[in-house]
Amino acid sequence: MRRLTWRPAELVAAAAETASARTLRFRVPGWPGHLAGQHVDVRLTAEDGYTAQRSYSMAAPADGDLVELTVETVTDGEVSPYLVEELRVGDQVELRGPVGGWFVWRPESTAPVLLVGGGSGIVPLMSMIRARRQAGSRAPFRLLYSLRDPDRRYYADELRRPDPGLDVTYLYTRSAPEHVSRPARRIMLDDLAEGGWPASFEPDCYVCGPTGFVEAAADLLLALGHAPERIRTERFGPTGG
Amino acid sequence: MSIISRGFRGKRRDDSGRVPPGQYLVDDFPVLSAGPTPRVPLDRWEFAIDTEAEQTHRWSWEEFMALPAETPTVDIHCVTKWSKLDTTWEGVSLDVLFEDVETAAEYALVHSYGGYTTNLPLEDLLDGKAWIVHRFDGEELAPQHGGPARLIVPHLYFWKSAKWVRGIRLLNEDWPGFWETAGYHNYGDPWREQRYEGD
Repeated sequence: MRRLTWRPAELVAAAAETASARTLRFRVPGWPGHLAGQHVDVRLTAEDGYTAQRSYSMAAPADGDLVELTVETVTDGEVSPYLVEELRVGDQVELRGPVGGWFVWRPESTAPVLLVGGGSGIVPLMSMIRARRQAGSRAPFRLLYSLRDPDRRYYADELRRPDPGLDVTYLYTRSAPEHVSRPARRIMLDDLAEGGWPASFEPDCYVCGPTGFVEAAADLLLALGHAPERIRTERFGPTGG
Repeated sequence: MSIISRGFRGKRRDDSGRVPPGQYLVDDFPVLSAGPTPRVPLDRWEFAIDTEAEQTHRWSWEEFMALPAETPTVDIHCVTKWSKLDTTWEGVSLDVLFEDVETAAEYALVHSYGGYTTNLPLEDLLDGKAWIVHRFDGEELAPQHGGPARLIVPHLYFWKSAKWVRGIRLLNEDWPGFWETAGYHNYGDPWREQRYEGD
């Protein structure tokens, strides 16, 4: 039987994504690899032995013993403020995983893919985009990325670079850049009808974000005729930290 | 031996021994589910227990609502690490639903509208340990929390407490459910931190 053990993980690189989110790259000796979309448990231990653990989605596909996360700091959170603001290159935490065998994309799949991300829900979807590129997959991907304003964009430079077969649409909910004609508003049926795939293409749909966003987006996909079993969801509560 | 995280202190909340290892307390009620939220009209809702001898016991919404109700107050623990204390529910004890069910089966496979399944030993559903509930915190159970009715089995991780519950199939052999075949623990006791396969 497979058993997930806690492994020491050393921070080898870190970069800010936004004012409140940070991408962390850990070296984890013995890491067994993972699929795009999976997550990992992170455990912090204080000097007196007190521990706290949380789950975070991985932001990139397997690359030897490297594991990459993007963490959004949660106000009054316990673990995320430490990971975003305190942790330095060379410091150690513990990781356990990979976890989750449902919200995953496999490089051998050729079906069209619709990725619908809200806020930090982009993280596991980015892992899928990167896995597609890494594998040289020709599965057509569309990403709808809902976010408050342009300053909240994760992976901005990378998503701006052309990636044949990947279409990216930003859906701003509070304030949009001037050149964008769509008014800032929450995700609507037209957004999914225009930026997604017709249901007749039978795309695999991955929806990730805060609960309200996921409920709304999944209901809209159903209304457009997508089969419920092709809609995979993952919810990121504000609760967490 | 654990690795010390330099400078980490954490936020400690006194929980009087009510929070299992690796969990933290929340005051809100996060939602987790693997797909879209199914909407089940009450006039088409039913709950059924199927025995290993292929006997079926069936309740319509009206019949279910006519059963004696209880109002359990319980602590719940989600495998994604949050715990919530003193949650209040209203519903029917599985002991009531099993009153006329004749079975020698040891295992139960719970199934839901939308196709979700989860498995557990039958004994974990009996003797005041589980309910089919239709109200939470004094209100009708919202669809995203499993309404119109969900199972609650508070002594196991909350993925065992199937939302949108539709029925229970009794089996002579254990049959792993949705998360149980996707890397999660077969039993899921939070106090033994049985989160994942092999824990």
